[in-house]
Amino acid sequence: MSALVLLLLLLLAGTAVAIAKLEDLFAAAMLTAVYGLLAAGLYTLMDAVDVAFTEAAVGVGVTTVLFLGTLSLTEQRERQRKGVVAPLLVVLLTGGALIYGTSDMPVYGDPEAPIHRHVAPEYIEGADKLHIPNVVTVVLASYRGYDTLGETVVVFTAAVGIVMLLGGRRRIGRGEKSP
Amino acid sequence: MSRELTPQPGSRRRSARRALREKLVLRVMSRLIVPLILLFALYVQFHGDYGPGGGFQAGVILAAGVILYGLVLGVERARAVISEKVAEILIAVGVLLYGSVGIASMVLGKNYLDYDALGEHGQHEGIIIVELGVGIAVASAMIRIYLAFADLYRTEADE
Repeated sequence: MSALVLLLLLLLAGTAVAIAKLEDLFAAAMLTAVYGLLAAGLYTLMDAVDVAFTEAAVGVGVTTVLFLGTLSLTEQRERQRKGVVAPLLVVLLTGGALIYGTSDMPVYGDPEAPIHRHVAPEYIEGADKLHIPNVVTVVLASYRGYDTLGETVVVFTAAVGIVMLLGGRRRIGRGEKSP
Repeated sequence: MSRELTPQPGSRRRSARRALREKLVLRVMSRLIVPLILLFALYVQFHGDYGPGGGFQAGVILAAGVILYGLVLGVERARAVISEKVAEILIAVGVLLYGSVGIASMVLGKNYLDYDALGEHGQHEGIIIVELGVGIAVASAMIRIYLAFADLYRTEADE
């Protein structure tokens, strides 16, 4: 299984580099979908099936459609870039800092990791008491009900923002003046 | 602002979109797949207590199904299923449904969103209702955003 994870990670990295290199934005948008699909596969292997669902539906499906919709309004090719040294430096620094940060993190799946010793046992016990087999649902909807309410409000706010930006039910360019 | 919104001629993309609607295999296959996607979304929604998933996942899967329908068979068909106005109302309904569970538990004498107030199986019922709220809000938000983008697109194609 770890060989498969490694393969997926390599493909992810390759796809990411290809997206950065491509100047054809249509191809880049399609590769972004490939990236999402690979990520969804990786999440499935890591037993985070619900995250994989979301990635497959949002990352692969909806986002790509929105990208293509946006592309139809803009140009298909990326404009000439202004040099690569500064962006590369930023990427290397950020990536290096992130990789350095992971050295402090517990090994993947380590049962002795603090997160599994602190609150997780109580969550599992609580879910067991309620006879709800999916602990994630219990944590999200019950233990952290406030968080999830907040997240739902975030989705609401995002939708309101986009509808206001894109002009609501009005057809843009049909000669209807905005109020 | 108006400069960015001025459509660039993208005839290749436009004909690609038209071609998408005329592809027989795509049309037939999406007609077959869309009901399964919607059914799967409902399964993920109401089976979220037992299997992986929940409101958010169900919402995005449902939205993806509707968007696929709109992509292949035309936005008007998708808009006939759920119009902008209905989608906008449903986003708010989802959030309010979630919030009202909290109000109900307060009225019944416990803390906000303390599902124990709802009765013996309060935790079960509370979770199902709030997940339904999340699902409705997420699905309709996604569909509404898609319709907004599709509108921009169509304006260009009509010109």
